[in-house]
Amino acid sequence: VYQVFESVAKKYDVMNDSMTLGIHRVWKDILIHKMNPSPGTLLLDVAGGTGDIAFRFINYVRSVREQQLQRKLKHHQNLSWQEIFESYQEDKSNSLGDSQVVVCDINREMLKVGKQKAQHLGYSEGLSWVLGNAEELPFDDDKFDVYTIAFGIRNVTRIDLALQEAYRVLKPGGRFLCLEFSRVSNPVISRLYDLYSFQVIPVLGEVIAGDWKSYQYLVESIRQFPPQEELKAMIEDAGFFKVDYENLNFGIVAIHSGFKL
Amino acid sequence: RGGEEEEEEEDVEEEGGPRLYPGHIPTSPLQKALLAAGSAVMALYDPYRHDMVAVLGETTGCLALPNLRDKMKHHPEGYRILQERPRIRLSTLDMSRLRGLPDGSLGREYVRFLEDNKVSPDTRMLPKFVDDEELAYVIQRYREVHDLMHTLLGMPTNMLGEVVVKWFEAVQTGLPMCVLGAAFGPVRLSTRKLQVLATELVPWAIRSGLNASCVLNVYYEQRWEQPVESLREEIGIFPPP
Repeated sequence: VYQVFESVAKKYDVMNDSMTLGIHRVWKDILIHKMNPSPGTLLLDVAGGTGDIAFRFINYVRSVREQQLQRKLKHHQNLSWQEIFESYQEDKSNSLGDSQVVVCDINREMLKVGKQKAQHLGYSEGLSWVLGNAEELPFDDDKFDVYTIAFGIRNVTRIDLALQEAYRVLKPGGRFLCLEFSRVSNPVISRLYDLYSFQVIPVLGEVIAGDWKSYQYLVESIRQFPPQEELKAMIEDAGFFKVDYENLNFGIVAIHSGFKL
Repeated sequence: RGGEEEEEEEDVEEEGGPRLYPGHIPTSPLQKALLAAGSAVMALYDPYRHDMVAVLGETTGCLALPNLRDKMKHHPEGYRILQERPRIRLSTLDMSRLRGLPDGSLGREYVRFLEDNKVSPDTRMLPKFVDDEELAYVIQRYREVHDLMHTLLGMPTNMLGEVVVKWFEAVQTGLPMCVLGAAFGPVRLSTRKLQVLATELVPWAIRSGLNASCVLNVYYEQRWEQPVESLREEIGIFPPP
């Protein structure tokens, strides 16, 4: 799996856009909206490689923070200029409101691409990059408010271990969110989806990335992955409560959610 | 050989059939069509994607390749090549011996060409999408012999030289990839070069290509000592302008 991602890292984003016709962006937006993070949230994004989730998180928290500040300013209409100025200064220093995201990935190349993207897009504060294995996270217990893994859990050899680790590093009250390819039950959609997956995606892989085999692997690994209910049960086994899932695009993709109490 | 590969690898059901040679990726007709279209577009968009040119050749060669194979079968030297399956690579070539051959000999000029243009025969792609093991060898041979074409035609590896060689190969092999390369290659050339191309080089390349016997029927590895000029005459390639 490591070698697959080494060759895939640089063209990852281009391939994602081509394969999903850009829809993966919508899926990731929906994930963040479902998360609805408030400023001050500490997020761990596992297998977060090129930073898509992390950047969206920062954008969301920033806009929530801005709204907060605007409301506060309106509220301050009666104060003296001096007082308004002081409070504005202290708020401005953390446009993210102390929110932070740690991006953890097992692959150095993916992290490298993510860091470059962050620099290019102007993301600097509230962001850190850590090399680590989802099955054995380099973090202490009870640290994070939210744990996400977007299109990454499929590539983990021991999913149960990754789920246990997720449970361990989350604070009590913390939320687990997983965005992943899942099972399509509708037979018509399923046939079309299979046709597209097996006929078109490896070709895209060969033409865009010069790599048929990695994308053939990708398509096959999606089919081997546990369907919605099975994954739900696995998440419950790790100790999470109120586990639920939401299908996107007929189940091509699903968001699973659970809480640590 | 083909059987061994199948037993060693535990595949999920393969699209389009079993693996016939190392590196073979079986593909369905739809996949081949998509690959042909995609590789053509990508090769034009990014000329440095030599792998796309290779893929285009493989996916569109279904008529030309059997044709070439038959030409080889019916010729004594070509037949031997098909039987013995020689490969041109740095590990099989005795570079120091070739370098020691007299100037003007095939071996000496070939090595000179490789060194002047800083190319190596080992960068040729292995075929992936050809669904016949013998035809896969034919296209492989065509690729490995390409540098020798440059040597025989006296053309360098710049854009102009490559286009001229493509015209020659298009006429010789009938491979659609060569035809497309010959037709679209010139779009990136300056007008001055285009003029030289159109007035002198291409007509010569075409004449030579038509006049010459099949270049895949020459066992180059047994002719290193032969002077280039004599080989040109024997094959039927006219002296370069």
